[in-house]
Amino acid sequence: MRTYLDFEKPIAELEGRIADLRQMDGETGVNVAEEIEKLQGKADSLLADAYSKLSRWQKAQVARHASRPHFADYVSQLVDDFTPLAGDRAFGEDSAILGGPARLRGRSVMLIGHEKGSDTAGRVEHNFGMARPEGYRKAMRLMDMAERFDMPVVTLVDTPGAYPGRGAEERGQAEAIASCTEKCLGLHAPLVSVIVGEGGSGGAVALAAANKVLMLEHSVYSVISPEGCASILWKDAAGKGENKAQDAAEAMRISAQDLLELGVIDSIIPEPVGGAHRDVRLTVERLGDAVESAIRELEHLSPDELKQQRRDKFLAIGRTGLA
Amino acid sequence: MSWLSNIPPGIKNIFKPKDDSSDTLWSKCPGCGEMIFQRDLDAAHQVCPSCDHHLALAPSERLALLYDDGAYEEIELPDPVTDPLKFRDEKKYADRLKENRRKTGQQDAMRAAYGTVDGVGVVAAIQNFKFMGGSMGMALGEAMLKAAEVAVEKRAPLVVFAASGGARMQEGILSLMQMPRTTIAVQMVKEAGLPYIVFLTNPTTGGVTASYAMLGDVNLAEPGALIGFAGPRVIEQTIREKLPEGFQRAEFLLEKGMVDMVVSRADMKSTLSKLIRLLIKERRQAAAALPAAADTHKPEAAPNANKKPAAKTKDAKKAPPLDKAAE
Repeated sequence: MRTYLDFEKPIAELEGRIADLRQMDGETGVNVAEEIEKLQGKADSLLADAYSKLSRWQKAQVARHASRPHFADYVSQLVDDFTPLAGDRAFGEDSAILGGPARLRGRSVMLIGHEKGSDTAGRVEHNFGMARPEGYRKAMRLMDMAERFDMPVVTLVDTPGAYPGRGAEERGQAEAIASCTEKCLGLHAPLVSVIVGEGGSGGAVALAAANKVLMLEHSVYSVISPEGCASILWKDAAGKGENKAQDAAEAMRISAQDLLELGVIDSIIPEPVGGAHRDVRLTVERLGDAVESAIRELEHLSPDELKQQRRDKFLAIGRTGLA
Repeated sequence: MSWLSNIPPGIKNIFKPKDDSSDTLWSKCPGCGEMIFQRDLDAAHQVCPSCDHHLALAPSERLALLYDDGAYEEIELPDPVTDPLKFRDEKKYADRLKENRRKTGQQDAMRAAYGTVDGVGVVAAIQNFKFMGGSMGMALGEAMLKAAEVAVEKRAPLVVFAASGGARMQEGILSLMQMPRTTIAVQMVKEAGLPYIVFLTNPTTGGVTASYAMLGDVNLAEPGALIGFAGPRVIEQTIREKLPEGFQRAEFLLEKGMVDMVVSRADMKSTLSKLIRLLIKERRQAAAALPAAADTHKPEAAPNANKKPAAKTKDAKKAPPLDKAAE
């Protein structure tokens, strides 16, 4: 059963009718193939049309789509021999961030990313991708290891934000994020980040201070969630005003296309028509291609040059290319 | 503990620092409720003489308190692109900026200065909470980078006085990018072998805490300062329970191992001075180029207690001579 977003209602209706016809076809033997083909054509063009002009708020919904490919999908379809490593060696294990060595198209890489979980139990287990300090400290440990073994680091970012809980504060959430960002920026190994869903604030940037930052076409990356921004700047309590969140998403310019234009990211990975969740296999394939070519571009740089390239890239943000 | 949010507007007005109101004779301490003679409060650099509650201190006063003879050079800061997103909520961001510039006399939320602390050249970057909640945008990122650059050039330690609600939403992703950018500033100072010291003041939260404000070689905090990643309200909404008294206060962070020391304002200069002298490498100290303006410093000058700083020196390149600040 496919989950449809609000703006996909006309498509849902058409696809519903197609499904009904298919069933009828099987049951009655009446030939409805022509009708199905017609409806399918219509549904396809509606879908293509809707996804070619998604608003920023709609993109946020696509980025959070329940069936959007998550870390686990990339692990199972993109890499071999992924070996998840656990724990920060100080306090505990945080499964909102997963990571470990893996083979990406023949190359050893350190794969690290947020996991949101894809069913209720999984979402609870992974805390909806909202990491605690242990998650960031584990990521730092893995980055150190990658540097020692001369492996590129690939991070997949997908989080609503770092977890704003009591224990997280007690154990230094701010310090963990700051230090993880510092670790990224000091790394002497290639670091490639892809925002695959939601890039939520500091919790995202801690894994994304990278040599190359890529975004999936309909992913979003922002300083605060549209809802959070709306509740502060438009004095609008979260939940009661989707309109204000919509306004906030527009005002903050959170789409991949915006970020490319602002010079914050390096490139956009196109998604299948109808979003990544409509064709996970193709999404993973394209992401793999993009990450592989990013690593190739970085491979010839020396350890010091890698660090310098990353630094120069972030220093240039906002200094050039803005109107 | 919740004095920040609980004071009625009338009392809030009384506590406007001297920049805003100079005609108030008596103030009520938000910590203990005692009525304090405004002149006593000023003389104690906005610390309540009866309960030691630390009220907000204007950046100019803090710099005067830090630097020898209250004298320092203001470091000229770059002027990045203004309002690149053409952001508008209930008000235009461009208008908010104008308003805050008028209100504070500052170009943005961070200033930077150079001067001597007990004879040692020190660069300070200081946030003004009154400027849009001390929020971190492109201007602040550039200010941190400039301060770091000057510190490296002069082989001086960098001290950051943090006070901020976090990132500036009105600059969208570009404000978030100041987390890595300010972190680079910190790395520049550390890589040059120079001490980087953070002095956390009330309040410091969000993306500021989660970047340069937690990365000090030494993190110091003022008594009672609220310091955290998420604000208390957000946490209470998340966990659906009330937070205990003192949660996310400086003393709490000390207990949790996140800051090295809680330092009262009266000890600010002496603590910083001692640390800097211990940490700075001798040969670098020797090579440090002191500006002509600061040549008159008297390293051995005896500290005098709590003298009131002289007139404001907001725009002055060099402050007029002041009574020696409290140590």
